[in-house]
Amino acid sequence: MNKIYANAAEALDGVLTDGMLIASGGFGLCGIPELLLQAIKENGAKELTFASNNAGVDDFGIGILLQTKQVKKMISSYVGENAEFMRQYLSGELELEFTPQGTLAERMRAGGAGIPGFYTKTGVGTVIAEGKDVKNWNGQDYILEEGIFADLAIVKAWKADATGNLIFRKTARNFNPPAAMCGKVCIVEVEEIVPTGSLDPDNIHLPGIYVHRIIQGTHEKRIEQRTVRTREGA
Amino acid sequence: MWDRNQMAARAAQELEDGMYVNLGIGIPTLVANYVGDKDITLQSENGMLGMGPFPFEGDEDPDLINAGKQTITEMDRTAYFDSATSFAMIRGGKIAAAILGAMEVSETGDLANWMIPGKLIKGMGGAMDLVAGVGRVIVVMDHANKHGESKVLKACTLPLTGKGVVDRIITNLGVLDVVEGGLRIVECAEGVTEEELRAATQATLV
Repeated sequence: MNKIYANAAEALDGVLTDGMLIASGGFGLCGIPELLLQAIKENGAKELTFASNNAGVDDFGIGILLQTKQVKKMISSYVGENAEFMRQYLSGELELEFTPQGTLAERMRAGGAGIPGFYTKTGVGTVIAEGKDVKNWNGQDYILEEGIFADLAIVKAWKADATGNLIFRKTARNFNPPAAMCGKVCIVEVEEIVPTGSLDPDNIHLPGIYVHRIIQGTHEKRIEQRTVRTREGA
Repeated sequence: MWDRNQMAARAAQELEDGMYVNLGIGIPTLVANYVGDKDITLQSENGMLGMGPFPFEGDEDPDLINAGKQTITEMDRTAYFDSATSFAMIRGGKIAAAILGAMEVSETGDLANWMIPGKLIKGMGGAMDLVAGVGRVIVVMDHANKHGESKVLKACTLPLTGKGVVDRIITNLGVLDVVEGGLRIVECAEGVTEEELRAATQATLV
């Protein structure tokens, strides 16, 4: 079965629909599926809900879909660095479900693992706990958080083979594996598709069972905060 | 009174050889400069253990950033993993300590450091998971806000990041521990008397 598609638009064809819940990988602008996000913008699908740790910046990442008002709701842990997001949120155009970062990652992982809910002590005693079931084990309260079952997952990896086995690079792995796991359909964009058999089976970061469609492309990989130190004697 | 670097140096004394530690943004980041010979492994919650210093100019890698989205470097011991694994080790109590900044801390160890109602809301990021999960939470912050009011309170006024989660508070005026019935003075900063520390603190001191 062929999983390889010519480009992002073709990979989204027949999958992307208005109103769907999309889980997206990435942390800040690191390891985001930038080609698929651009293709979603060009497709014009609207009323989308995104489960994504961040919302990008105004002109990159999910930010480009906020500009075109294609996003109805964000499920995120941190949405700073995005002026248009704030404007839409404060004017009531955009819904926002704040989820602590680890809870968001686990909600995706749980959804992908067929677990509809789990208890965590993260957020106990805070606004995050409001309206949620509380259970006590050994004197400690835990709150119920629900798994995320996304209609579509869009992720970015470094390399894929033709069967969808994935390798990520450094901290660009971040939310990509749990996001991939929780999608009914998962589309991955990679920097390189390598021949099946050339990846070490002991070093696959995400097995191809989670991946349905693959595209290869060139990535801008924008840096959000360029920080450096000076060389000795420079 | 301690400056930012002296507060960071004091916080570094809390760390013991072999610890895995998560440092927050701001003064906590400076703590890395004062660990000396101690074998400390820094965690970055976006998926890395063994966080190295900023890269030299020209060596920046867009695939290698810390939780503050700054470019960083790896070390010999570095391991990378996904966000679910990262927070599994945080929630599972494997990270010995987190050193974090704060807007307010209460005498019962409540911490507020993620939102001010009516102001720009950015989100809690990983702060709620960290304070709920790590072995020890150490807050490093100025003792008073910019209006001169104590940030060490009987009860927090801002929305909480965690309830009863703080173990130790290090400010420019001294070190306080959260204990039964209130806060206990551990030490005063250089040039600060116990009376001055008491006068600057709204919380109950025992």
